[in-house]
Amino acid sequence: MMKPFRIAVAVMAIALAGPLAAQDGEPQAGGTLNVVIQPEPPGLMIGLIQNGPTQMVAGEIYESLLRYDFDLTPHPQLAESWEISEDGKTYTFKLRDGVTFHDGKPFTSDDVKFSMDVFLRESHSRTRTYMEHVESIDTPDPLTVVFHLKQPFGPFIGIFEPGTAPMVPKHIYEGTDFATNPANNTPIGTGPFKFDEWVKGSYIHLVKNENYYIEGKPYVDDVYYHVIPDAASRAVAYETGKVDVLPGGAVENFDVPRIRDMENTCITDKGWEFFGPLSWIWINMNNKPLDDLKVRQAMMHALDREFAKDALWNGLGKVATGPLSSSTRFYAGDTPDISYDPVKAKALLADSSYNGETIRLLGLPYGETWQRWAEAVKQNLTEIGMKVEIVPSDVAGWNQKVSDRDFDLAFTYLYQYGDPALGVSRTYMGNNAAPGSPWNNVSNYQNPETDKMFNEAAEMAKPEDRRAAYKTIQDQIVADVPNLWLLELGLPTIYRCNIKNPVNTALGVNDGFRDVWIDKK
Amino acid sequence: MKDFWKRFRYNRGAVIGLVILAIVIATAIAAPFIFPQSPWKMVQRPFLPPFTQGGLPLGTDALGRDVLSGLAHGAYVSLLVGLVSTIVALAIGVPVGAFAGYFVGRTDDALMRFTEFFQTIPSFALAIVLLAIFQPSLTYVIIAIAVVSWPPVARLVRGEVLSLRTREFVEAATLSGLGNVQIILRHILPNALPSIIVLASLMVAQAILLESSLSFLGLGDPNIMSWGYMIGAARTVIRTAWWLSFLPGMAILLTVLALNLIGEGLNDALNPRLTRKSE
Repeated sequence: MMKPFRIAVAVMAIALAGPLAAQDGEPQAGGTLNVVIQPEPPGLMIGLIQNGPTQMVAGEIYESLLRYDFDLTPHPQLAESWEISEDGKTYTFKLRDGVTFHDGKPFTSDDVKFSMDVFLRESHSRTRTYMEHVESIDTPDPLTVVFHLKQPFGPFIGIFEPGTAPMVPKHIYEGTDFATNPANNTPIGTGPFKFDEWVKGSYIHLVKNENYYIEGKPYVDDVYYHVIPDAASRAVAYETGKVDVLPGGAVENFDVPRIRDMENTCITDKGWEFFGPLSWIWINMNNKPLDDLKVRQAMMHALDREFAKDALWNGLGKVATGPLSSSTRFYAGDTPDISYDPVKAKALLADSSYNGETIRLLGLPYGETWQRWAEAVKQNLTEIGMKVEIVPSDVAGWNQKVSDRDFDLAFTYLYQYGDPALGVSRTYMGNNAAPGSPWNNVSNYQNPETDKMFNEAAEMAKPEDRRAAYKTIQDQIVADVPNLWLLELGLPTIYRCNIKNPVNTALGVNDGFRDVWIDKK
Repeated sequence: MKDFWKRFRYNRGAVIGLVILAIVIATAIAAPFIFPQSPWKMVQRPFLPPFTQGGLPLGTDALGRDVLSGLAHGAYVSLLVGLVSTIVALAIGVPVGAFAGYFVGRTDDALMRFTEFFQTIPSFALAIVLLAIFQPSLTYVIIAIAVVSWPPVARLVRGEVLSLRTREFVEAATLSGLGNVQIILRHILPNALPSIIVLASLMVAQAILLESSLSFLGLGDPNIMSWGYMIGAARTVIRTAWWLSFLPGMAILLTVLALNLIGEGLNDALNPRLTRKSE
């Protein structure tokens, strides 16, 4: 782990060969990359739209100031170096010289200020909440940007990725209505690939940015993102050679072993560290007897999550140990034990206020894997003596029931965005529990102490202090079992082995194609 | 009765059908005793092929559940759904058809237009819509199947009643002062019964198929192990574990076939004149 205060004074040199690249062999230029995109994105202007497929394509067109490796350590991207002041309130970024947008206009500190202060504050709800910590942005010269924060905000250094803080061209958007600007259809960024063509329902074509600021990169000539709406057809598209890269989630879990065993096929579950998708079961603590800690502990120990990982997720992913994904900053592995122990679970249940009530379990309507998972959980709970009924639903019904808190147990999974202050506290803060949203503190976990610590930990300047605070928070939350944590989802990227290095950052294929090359042997 | 059995036995297929159905019924009744554990219990490692492990002759499914136990418990669900939904459909269809056929005129028009309203919507699509509106539970699955399968009953009964109501014995009953309802119940319906029984046996088969199709699509009761569910859940692994779809598929095929054969046999036995004509 890098000591963050060393970064504060260190000035990092421009690394020509990406520091993240784990390359094998000498990169070769040329070739076409064929990737699956699912579903078809509604648009590619990432400052306006941030759903998954948009991020996947636009992350190659737009860039942010930094780039994150698998440990979420920041590396230079548009910023060649940066400094964080001792009090954690001033962030100074030095930009690379000679960077141009795809239309040839230079990228300067004005664009950074415009993007962060104007564009994203207006159009990006998540970034807007982060920017509330920023007092002002100075641009003393075209290659220097200074963020002045109102108070220290620990996660700040972790937000400069293309999905959260994309750099948009000021000269195109200033003074226009962002949402209706015709330029949204032909996105202009600084990234390694330029937008070429989008045939709706068929494919999106990006071509190499010849004027990219890193000599020799990108290696491949162009990228096709193929729109294939049916999961089985996506698997077949790989098998027949139409596409060469299947991003995580592109094919159903049960197809993974078959495709994985094909010749010249590689698989990795890396590239999700920034999102850290963690699955769990909400426990509706408004309902009796789920307000009883012993019932919740009994349920936690009843779940055979190792089995679910092997039988349903092909052994990919990790069994969760608590509210943080192990790839999220300040993860603590040594929290109270919540492993599978049916004997202990039975004893806890016998000792609790559970009296044979029927527990309604709401599965996640995302296909077979989740359906089987609900059945397995039901069986686990039945075996310790609980009565469980699976409630079927579609996506709209699931949203409605979870928003209305009309369930006892409900499956879900959420992204963590690399930092507990960004993607974890929202799930456990007492003041974020109002019904009406399926993404907030749905369980209605109320603990003023962890609330207070969450607030403090977000604003601590020193990472060591934050780590200590989050350790206490994790211990406390795991002891209280407000949710049944399941797995850190392993969403495998499958690709032909002669495509080298497609996943080289914590965002995976979202921003990784800068360093991809194709071995033509 | 003796004649009935003789005529029924004359149809070899019907006897075979009866044997198969008897086995299915026996399995359904015996399931809770032979397999006292829940069919959802995960007993072994997943995807165990058939005949490889003692105690699990038909292997295990994607979650390591005993396939044989699932088939046995599924038999009960299929028969239950088939019988109950047919009874409910008859309870709607027979009165509607009887009144329409007996009273003719406006009553007939009104009831038949109402019936046609249901007939114009494809029955499977209607069942899906009904289950999408209600929660897919066993009760609603039965109701949905009954609601989509009563119109043929109504039409059949109407036809029978139309032809029977002008017979002499009905006129005699009218002259002797019997009320309309009495005449329908005591004199007309008993004579229409043979056709209704034949249709009902086929409707049970139809209902089993419908339930399986709905469960296959994930619209069945998720808390109940049925054959359709087993196929639906195994569909995704058909390339690697074909037996998981094949075995419940065979169970459905045999049961539905048996019911159809029995229906044919019943037809022979109950409508002997029709049979002779076709020979």
